[in-house]
Amino acid sequence: MSSVVNIVLAGVGGQGILLASEIVARAAMAAGFEVKTNEVHGMAQRGGSVIAQIRYGAEVNSPLVATGSAQVLGSLERIEALRFADFLAPDGLAVVSNQMVVPVTVSSGSAPYPADAEERLRKAFPRLLYFDAVALATAAGNVRASNVVVVGALATGLKLPLESWQAAIREAVKPKYVELNLKAFELGWTLKA
Amino acid sequence: MSVTVQSKKELMTGNEAIARGAFEAGVTVATGYPGTPSTEILEAVATYKPDIYSEWSPNEKVALEVAVGASLAGARCIVTMKHVGLNVAADPLLTFAYVGAVGGLVVCVADDPGMHSSQNEQDTRHYARLAKIPIFEPSDSQEAKEYLKIALEVSEQLQTPVIFRSTTRVSHSRSLVRIEEPRRPARKIGFEKNPPRFVPIPLWGRVMRRNVEERLAKLKAAADKSPANRIEMRDSHLGIITSSIAYQYVREVFPEASVLKLGWAYPFPDELIRQFAGQVKKILVVEELDDFLEEHVKALGIACDGKNFVPGIGELSPTRLQAARAKYEGKPEPAVPAAVTDLPSRPPVLCAGCPHRGIFYALAQFDVVVTGDIGCYSLGVFPPLNRMDTILCMGAGVSMPQGFEKAGEPKKVVGIVGDSTFFHSGITGLINIVHNKGVSKIIVVDNRITAMTGHQDNPGTEFNLMGEVTPSVSIEAIASACGVKRVFTVNPYDVQSTTQLLREELEIKEPSLIVSRAVCPLHEGKPVGPPLTINTDQCQNCEQCLSLGCPALEKEASQGLRINDSLCGGCGLCEQICPFEAIQKGNSK
Ligand SMILES: Cc1ncc(C[n+]2csc(CCOP(=O)(O)OP(=O)(O)O)c2C)c(N)n1
Ligand code: SF4
Ligand code: SF4
Repeated sequence: MSSVVNIVLAGVGGQGILLASEIVARAAMAAGFEVKTNEVHGMAQRGGSVIAQIRYGAEVNSPLVATGSAQVLGSLERIEALRFADFLAPDGLAVVSNQMVVPVTVSSGSAPYPADAEERLRKAFPRLLYFDAVALATAAGNVRASNVVVVGALATGLKLPLESWQAAIREAVKPKYVELNLKAFELGWTLKA
Repeated sequence: MSVTVQSKKELMTGNEAIARGAFEAGVTVATGYPGTPSTEILEAVATYKPDIYSEWSPNEKVALEVAVGASLAGARCIVTMKHVGLNVAADPLLTFAYVGAVGGLVVCVADDPGMHSSQNEQDTRHYARLAKIPIFEPSDSQEAKEYLKIALEVSEQLQTPVIFRSTTRVSHSRSLVRIEEPRRPARKIGFEKNPPRFVPIPLWGRVMRRNVEERLAKLKAAADKSPANRIEMRDSHLGIITSSIAYQYVREVFPEASVLKLGWAYPFPDELIRQFAGQVKKILVVEELDDFLEEHVKALGIACDGKNFVPGIGELSPTRLQAARAKYEGKPEPAVPAAVTDLPSRPPVLCAGCPHRGIFYALAQFDVVVTGDIGCYSLGVFPPLNRMDTILCMGAGVSMPQGFEKAGEPKKVVGIVGDSTFFHSGITGLINIVHNKGVSKIIVVDNRITAMTGHQDNPGTEFNLMGEVTPSVSIEAIASACGVKRVFTVNPYDVQSTTQLLREELEIKEPSLIVSRAVCPLHEGKPVGPPLTINTDQCQNCEQCLSLGCPALEKEASQGLRINDSLCGGCGLCEQICPFEAIQKGNSK
């Protein structure tokens, strides 16, 4: 099933991963592919690490991505990209927001937050887009759209046409937020490695 | 490689597809109790009102009993719950298996292999054998919708309840579903009295007992021919028997193998299994959790492999199945990329501003045993709160203190339970304390919603699943009616009064029930108050505030101690416990 495209999205519960995943799935659908996704609900959504997985192609069986097989790994938080690094294929693209969300385990002193996160990301991912999604989302009009900035950036690693992404955003977000999210997407889409 | 998707297809989770199936099949009554990963089935069903009446019942047993009533009146029904919920509903299920359905009744149960959001990993398929009733298992959303319709037909034709088993990865994966128009069966509603049919007193129950066996034989014959079971012949060298989500992984990892896919796994379609065995050289059974199918294939005298290669603990995945395949073929395990393991862990936490934090902080002032229960407040078990000592099942937080006490536990014992959990199964434990002269202290953490599972209404809230305004059942009045004399209500954001009340009640040798009441801010969609800031001139870095374990209170080498104002819920707890009055409202500095 080598023609299936695998995408993994990582982040912290509450960052808007479900919407990001839905946009990717709808874009693939709009381009005419069969799609499967998997998302974490429940306990893990209370501020824990979360991932969403999306697979598309002519025929898709498993909703889960095998380790080492994702073409793109998108992360809304810098160390969450490292946590799920094993999903990415050796030649895959990582798109990582430099946002830092301090886990309670760090605040309580039981573990340090890696100071060398950026260095480690550059080592772990030969193809890396590392950027400030929060600043870009703010520029688009709302910090909360940083998830869609990350979707824009990861779209650069896929071969879906721009119109499919735009159609997906129109379907997935409330009408009054469409313009904002199209703008946020574009800011990610025009990033260069 | 692009294919055109038909316009009548929609991307749906397994749970949404089950709900759609119920709608298309003319279900008119749907009940359930929330529980991950099953919750969204009934939430999706509720969008089909008024065609379907849906309700959150106080617990799974009530949910099933309500549906049994509806079935006997002639309605098609579904009941939804998570795997452990079926333990609660097991009593009505096992006898309803004797009585049998009139209107089709399907119990939708979602298992959680891997225990993503559960306290155990039980395999629901065993209940089908125990109750001697059919079980269906879809492997994606399209099958979820299709099989639900078949399950309802089978339920009605053979007068049996049916179990419909999903798993986390079926329930929470999205895939394309063909939308069809609802076909409402011409249903006559009206109960036809017939005591020998509906009353399992021993005299009639013994007849039913024999009928169950006869029905099982008929079901077996039907399963052999059902479209839910199919043989996919490919290479005859290896035949794989599989079901549920494992089928999808098999197709990825063993694309060349022939497959017997069992969507209707019990009663086992023996003829089909034998036929498949005759067509392939060797057999491997690939199933998640227990060796339910494998044991039976072996009992038929058919040699096979299974759990000797495929893991039985935790959920399967393409990655794990690749490793199993290598082992099965005597090859070295495929190299998998090493996971990064030296990162700070990020477990789930109580939200910033969560009212449960206040009661846990107050409790931490006392050296007591805390018997906990299940809900968001279970997160109080983690450091730095460390304020829960036991968890067992829903309701046990109320019942267990009595046992500690009667055993002579030297420490005082406090039971904690959420509002939804109290209504689910906390009340009987409370009655027990009063009746058997215990002195337990019970705290009901009432955040006015069933939060953990995504904010469902419960008997204490002002709305029901149909969106109607409804009377809110009073926890205090229930406690009084049970005979508890010391009933109190506190505001958990008020550290001093909460601590003071606990101090007083812990000294009193009779039962107390304290309702710690404040709405869940995540459900309200607004913070408790404006964000607070730490005045760095006054802060002495004593880190007292960090003992709250609030995610908005961040301490990290590069930026020191601060309140993240995009997270802060403005609850004021840290302000109250700071000994130097360094935490203040507004952006003082
Ligand atoms: C028998 C059973 N049914 C359902 C669940 C799933 N479940 C876990 S906690 C919970 C409800 C918690 O609500 P509440 O007691 O109000 O606490 P909150 O999460 O609001 O703090 C549910 C439904 C379960 N664990 N066991
Ligand atoms: S959802 Fe509500 S009850 Fe649950 S942790 Fe968050 S604030 Fe607390
Ligand atoms: S006021 Fe303090 S304890 Fe409450 S949410 Fe804000 S930082 Fe957390």
